[in-house]
Amino acid sequence: MTYLHSIGEYFLMLKGVFGRMTKTSVLRNLILKEINDLIMGSMGIVAFLSFFIGAVVAIQTALNLNNPLIPKTLVAYAARQSVILEFSPTFISIIMAGKVGSYITSSIGSMRVTEQIDALEVMGINSKNYLIFPKIIAMLTYPFVIAISMFLGMSGAYTAAVLGGFVTSDQFITGLQEDFTPFHLTYAFIKTFMFAFILATVPAYHGYYMKGGALEVGEAATTSFVWTSVVLIVTNYIVTQLLLS
Amino acid sequence: MIEVKDLYKGFEGQEVLKGIDYVFERGKTNLIIGQSGSGKSVFLKCMLGLFKPDRGTIAYDGKPFSSFSDEEQRELRKEIGMLFQGGALFDSMNVEENVMFPLRMFTKQRRKEMLSRVHEVLERVNLEGTGKKMPSEISGGMQKRVAIARAIVNKPKYLFCDEPNSGLDPKTATVIDNLIQDLTHENDITTVLITHDMNSVLEIGERIAFLKDGVLAWKGTKHEIFKTKDEAVTDFVYSSDLFQKVRDAQQQGQ
Repeated sequence: MTYLHSIGEYFLMLKGVFGRMTKTSVLRNLILKEINDLIMGSMGIVAFLSFFIGAVVAIQTALNLNNPLIPKTLVAYAARQSVILEFSPTFISIIMAGKVGSYITSSIGSMRVTEQIDALEVMGINSKNYLIFPKIIAMLTYPFVIAISMFLGMSGAYTAAVLGGFVTSDQFITGLQEDFTPFHLTYAFIKTFMFAFILATVPAYHGYYMKGGALEVGEAATTSFVWTSVVLIVTNYIVTQLLLS
Repeated sequence: MIEVKDLYKGFEGQEVLKGIDYVFERGKTNLIIGQSGSGKSVFLKCMLGLFKPDRGTIAYDGKPFSSFSDEEQRELRKEIGMLFQGGALFDSMNVEENVMFPLRMFTKQRRKEMLSRVHEVLERVNLEGTGKKMPSEISGGMQKRVAIARAIVNKPKYLFCDEPNSGLDPKTATVIDNLIQDLTHENDITTVLITHDMNSVLEIGERIAFLKDGVLAWKGTKHEIFKTKDEAVTDFVYSSDLFQKVRDAQQQGQ
């Protein structure tokens, strides 16, 4: 029953988010601030992780290709498929659930604890729209982060595979272009958009409806990370089943 | 003026407010006092529309809040200033932006006009020169004054204060009390203030409502509260040693 109540509350929150809108000039500034906090602030860690994940995937693939009949181009092919289909959209989103999700939950949760949300409500402001809508809009730019992550992942794979002496540059480029299915990119970006919405709203729900004090803000951030990850993984499964099966 | 008639509010079968009738007068500081758990905060939240009463009416200048359309409620909220117990300043904004917030949300003024009004109210609460500081960089007393500035910047008709003195030293508490009273008189505001600080009662208790277990047990002024024989009120007022000594000294003097 608790889960059903929470799911219902989440959808009611979403209804409120898209309810009465905040003044446009105020909203514009809030969206720009959220893009800076949520997206730009995450670029460093995303770039770092993507590059090294790509590199590790390339090395692991190369080290496991013992059969001389298997072409060396498979290193780049496997790295490309892994990075585009799962590592960039899903793995990076799980990392973002920890970084951005915890930030969203704790910032909204602190506002709840210190009566800042009550202050907004008393002034007649739709607090759900004011606090959550700009985060959803800011997260619409998340696919750009994933695009950069894909590029850096492949750069990492190239660097590790070629500089490590596993394949030549030509073999890598050939493998990179081998059997390329453009729909895989479409699939990756469709799920990235869905992940962006989840990353903005599930942590916001945990922050907005939290009760208690500073200690509970920390607990809410942890719970938020767990549930955001669960929803991401389940959504990933459903989308993959629907689009790729 | 805010008129409350036969107000009932309960949670999960337990009645918190039990038939309250009271009138909060315009241009006066109306205090709601009572022990913790007596229903003061629930009463305030009902008046602010954050809780829906189970029964009874709350009328703002003669018009019941329940009859207001959504648009009318929003218009009414623009005329309400609220001072929260902890100040409730927005952490991400500096003092100037906090005070300017209601103007940005509800007016079409230019930034220059808004800044001029912000500096005017900051000067009124004796906080000139602090506009660029963040809430975390100023003291608790200053945060309360910034919250007062934010509450009055849009020239409200009604000012609600939830324990404005909690956590403050007696001198700063007196400054805040006097500031609230002065602003009430200057701007002819209907001020409703929740407190259990007897010093505030002595300082600014122009009209006092005493709540006990969700019932309006007594009403009067600061002059009357020290003369009343009502047992519930005297128990509350003289629970502090200081006030007992004042009473004893007065009786010995007589």
